[in-house]
Amino acid sequence: MASVTLNVNGVDHTIDDIDPSTPLLWALRDHLGLVGTKFSCGKGECGSCTVLVGGAPLTSCLVSVDLMEGEEITTIEGIAGKDGTLHPVQEAWIEHDVPQCGYCQAGQIMTAVALLNNNPKPSEEEIKVGMSDVLCRCGTYKRIFEAVQTAAKKGGAS
Amino acid sequence: MSEHFYDVQPEPGVDLPEVFFEKKRSRRVSSEGEAPVSAKMPRRQFLKLSGIAGGGLVIAFSLGGSSKAMAGEASGKAFEPNSYIQIKPDGTIILMAYSPEGGQGVKTFLPMIMAEELEVKWEDVTIVQSGISKEKYGRQVAGGSGATPWAWNPIREAGATARTMLVAAAAKKLGVSEKDCVAADSKVTCRKKKKSFSYGELAEIAAGLPLPAKDSIKLKESKDYKILGKFIGGVDNLDIVTGNPLFGHDQKLPGMLYAVFVKCPSFRGKPKTANLDEIKKRSGVVDAFIVEGQGGPRQVSPGVAILAKDTYAAFEAEKALSVTWDKSEASTDSWSKFQEQAKELTAKPGTELDNSGDFDAAQASANKVVESYYSYPYVSHAPMEPENCTAWFRDGVMEMWIPSQAPQGIPGQVAGIAGIDVSKVKLHQLRIGGGFGRKLINDFACEVAAIAKQVDAPVQLVWTREADMAHDHYRVGGFHNLTGCIDDKGKFSGLRDRTVLFVDPDDKQGRPGAGGNVRASAVQCPDIPNVRFEGANVPHKVPTGWWRAPGACSLAWVFQSFIHEMAVAAKRDHLEFLLEQMGEPRWLGNKSAGAFNTERAIGVIKEAAKKGDWGKEKPKGQGRGLSFYFSHKGYFAMVAEVTVKGPNVKVDRVVSVGDVGMLLNISGGNNQVEGSIIDAMSVMAAQEITFEDGAVREGNFDSYPLLRMSALPKIECHWLTTEYDPTGLGEPAFPPVTAAITNAIFDATGERIRKMPISKDGFRIV
Repeated sequence: MASVTLNVNGVDHTIDDIDPSTPLLWALRDHLGLVGTKFSCGKGECGSCTVLVGGAPLTSCLVSVDLMEGEEITTIEGIAGKDGTLHPVQEAWIEHDVPQCGYCQAGQIMTAVALLNNNPKPSEEEIKVGMSDVLCRCGTYKRIFEAVQTAAKKGGAS
Repeated sequence: MSEHFYDVQPEPGVDLPEVFFEKKRSRRVSSEGEAPVSAKMPRRQFLKLSGIAGGGLVIAFSLGGSSKAMAGEASGKAFEPNSYIQIKPDGTIILMAYSPEGGQGVKTFLPMIMAEELEVKWEDVTIVQSGISKEKYGRQVAGGSGATPWAWNPIREAGATARTMLVAAAAKKLGVSEKDCVAADSKVTCRKKKKSFSYGELAEIAAGLPLPAKDSIKLKESKDYKILGKFIGGVDNLDIVTGNPLFGHDQKLPGMLYAVFVKCPSFRGKPKTANLDEIKKRSGVVDAFIVEGQGGPRQVSPGVAILAKDTYAAFEAEKALSVTWDKSEASTDSWSKFQEQAKELTAKPGTELDNSGDFDAAQASANKVVESYYSYPYVSHAPMEPENCTAWFRDGVMEMWIPSQAPQGIPGQVAGIAGIDVSKVKLHQLRIGGGFGRKLINDFACEVAAIAKQVDAPVQLVWTREADMAHDHYRVGGFHNLTGCIDDKGKFSGLRDRTVLFVDPDDKQGRPGAGGNVRASAVQCPDIPNVRFEGANVPHKVPTGWWRAPGACSLAWVFQSFIHEMAVAAKRDHLEFLLEQMGEPRWLGNKSAGAFNTERAIGVIKEAAKKGDWGKEKPKGQGRGLSFYFSHKGYFAMVAEVTVKGPNVKVDRVVSVGDVGMLLNISGGNNQVEGSIIDAMSVMAAQEITFEDGAVREGNFDSYPLLRMSALPKIECHWLTTEYDPTGLGEPAFPPVTAAITNAIFDATGERIRKMPISKDGFRIV
């Protein structure tokens, strides 16, 4: 057991008495109460648990919490402005009414944010490839594709 | 074909578990505890952080607050004409979302129906997730695409009744006739006196009025609709995109323990002994014990419960768990043996299932006879949110937070498991992260109740993905030895299907399990004169359940492919041949909303051909395929276009035409069609559940892949608006997809796919 300090959405959180091999996913959900990041496969196959670490997408079920000290971690709860202004990707998701069950959408949105930060004007093919890491059992890919295009047009990299 | 085959019977999969039709009216669970969830108002969340013994933090979200929490501060009596609508003097308009939401959009479109008849502006309403009560809310089931047909009349009437009373309240207030008052945009206006009152201002007066006679309630005409038929986004979207707690697995309670429940890999095995002492010594583990089980695989299978301080500790403890299993009554089912057995059984006559005309005579006089063997595997539901449930047993009450598609069955089951009165089971329904029929079976809820009964703390049970895949209630596999006849006029003159029926050991009458029945009506070709269906029973212990469009989801592929084969054999155009099978526009069987109407079938087939460029030239390597199916009261025809290069199938475009009467929500409706197309592509590409020695071999998405966005085709959704009452969309768009694509692959390559998934024939969807 160890004490670990995580910087999540710009705030330092110290977790006492945690197994240092605990995946970031469970530290976020069970120890910090940030349940927006979802569990689905537990082995990096589905992308539901995607968060940003230093701006890059990472499946939080695979990385242990001790390796995350000193990193800037961003979760779905942290991409809107402090005043509640939605991120352009979140706005596009609402505009296109993307979610069906909605469970994978946090992972989809975080992946889209990273994609647009890295490539503000992705081609159709780049969107399809870039978003292929996250599975959706409801099959919302058409709407995700269109929402990423909309967010890109509106400056989703902001 | 004899038209009585098409008499409406409970469709495969609509024959929901008996608990839904429970006649017992013993005291039902209290349905207090409605969680305020609204598109308009921010969610109420209670975040509590407090220390617990042993250090760390406890996080608690109350996702199921008491109804008192939303009672508001405003004084005066609220207007509550029925269980679905509440209007407070402060102007708050609450509509109850009573049906479980798992992605079908009910939480949005059922309140839309209420709002339409109530004559309120959509942005003025607050949607509240209701508790569970059959008496208060009626049908609370996310299954059988049944929410819409069930709700259409009672919910419209609920809205119209409230509107009528608000008009009467305004008339009373002004001393004018009700005829001089008009309700619109959340207010009642009297043109004569040039006065307007908001619904809030009328609430107290309306609350004192008697309910109007049913025949005095006037429903709106569809031409006057302002909300229904529009593009309306999901009411939970803001919570979803910002990551607010919403789903079953998001529930947190003070001092909550995290549980896993480990069952025998072979179905119906039992734990004999386990290294419990060793497990209990592990860091983070609080307790571990054997649960004997009760009620079979649909309630609590025997297993080992491990409780820990966080989910990771529970998952790690499961890896260290060593169990000696008693497999004396366990399944030894083998998929490879089933395949051999089916081949043998379907090569010879079976028990008659349906018979019309004289198939043997048709075969004897046929100009052409086509024999084909179709097979498809068991598949898993694999919803993105694994099975989970939270329960807290204290003071003799079992309080539960459930993401279930069939919550009304839970109190009775849990009362039996926990040995308490049904009135002592208190439920909160939470959003379901995907169901597709999996969560119609409440084994996960029953398990956590059995565990929580033994523990002095709230318990959250979550299944790993591996547990989900190993202990699903699967869509049953199937085998069909088909013989089709073309007569000298080029007509489809005879069809015989020799199939197997997998029989569940718990069914005393030896009937096939959910979605496993095969009847001649599944062909949906009423004009074939000679039809014979034969089946051979095969007992199995693999649990099966309702999988999105049960029966139809696999049978549509078999028969819509075979109809195409017959058209090719007759050297006729598939479209013309398929339309010929529908015959004259008419109702089949007993005319009712659920019966097959060939006119509606012809309508969608013709429109799909038009929109899908049927008959248009295409380059070499490209193919176009047509398919149709009627299920769950909905009619869908689809045209798929593919490009095939070697093993790679690129689905370029899928054009869908649906007829579900009127489309209630354009966005939600299109979402169900788009999702069904992706879902069907996913299943046909490479999904297969195999089992040996009664244990499933697939474990996660690496061995049971879902389609990824890279394979996204162009999707076009079209709708025919007809005069019929609107019907549901969770299922009917799924069945025709697969055959449209495999027929297109045949068109492109001349290769007929008769085995699912298509990876078995070396194809992959790219």
